[in-house]
Amino acid sequence: MTQWMDEEAGPVVRPYALIGGRTRSSGDELDLIAMVTATGAVTSSGFVPGPEQERILSLVTTATSVADVASELDLPLGVVRVLLGDLQDHQLISIGRASASERILKEVINGLRAL
Amino acid sequence: MDFGPSDEPVALKILIAGGFGVGKTTLVGAISEIRPLRTEEVLSDRGIGIDDVEGVEGKTTTTVAMDFGRITIREGLVVYLFGTPGQERFWFMWDELSYGALGAVVLADTRRLTDCFPSIDYFEQRGTPFIVAVNCFDGAEQYEAEDVRIALDLDPDVPVLLCDVRRRASAKNVLVTLVEHSLKVLTASQR
Repeated sequence: MTQWMDEEAGPVVRPYALIGGRTRSSGDELDLIAMVTATGAVTSSGFVPGPEQERILSLVTTATSVADVASELDLPLGVVRVLLGDLQDHQLISIGRASASERILKEVINGLRAL
Repeated sequence: MDFGPSDEPVALKILIAGGFGVGKTTLVGAISEIRPLRTEEVLSDRGIGIDDVEGVEGKTTTTVAMDFGRITIREGLVVYLFGTPGQERFWFMWDELSYGALGAVVLADTRRLTDCFPSIDYFEQRGTPFIVAVNCFDGAEQYEAEDVRIALDLDPDVPVLLCDVRRRASAKNVLVTLVEHSLKVLTASQR
């Protein structure tokens, strides 16, 4: 396949086909830097993660931002949000959004200086 | 190292704004690991006459490619740099980008100072802490930071500094200045 296709040819499957043409889900409001972590829960209620969702689950065994998930999978953000929304609805991932404290900002300042 | 259970991963977002060609991407590249991101956005009427939708009139979204930068301070603490889209028709993305942002760097070029007015207006209105970094281009007349502050009619507490975004040390100094400013704003608001 690779000898016939390259990135120039465009995706073999149109991104929105991956999510059944949906553009809305519970993942809509996910911030770019919300942190996604796999819960390790077993799928219930007959939900079977698709191949892209399996890729997400293996990627977020350690906390990963929404932006990094989209970048890593090379899929548009909107598509990734729908995929994440499904996983969240079935408790397969948890979403964290820690806010910056004074302590964290001081740590960032020192970390930047040390770069 | 044991961070304990209270140390959940923290990600912070910094915006890099300013007019077209002012050096936003150069700044991000000088200091961080650059990653590509694709977003599909709803075509607004702003795109009429610009985006050619002939034959695909049903098309209501367009792909916007953008880069972002990532700086890992330590495991579980990451700073993300997002450049704001320069073209006016992508203004709708600004709200999403600036949501929860720690602060913004407005890059200015003294030869085209008016280019950064929209960014400054935006962050002032939103209450996002920001600093103005004047990128010193080769061949451009050099001004003092204070002259730029007066020309931009900035509040006295908004930091203004000169920089050369191609240099890593200078880019680092810009980010440190912003985070220090954000910290000041944060502690003042908690008082």
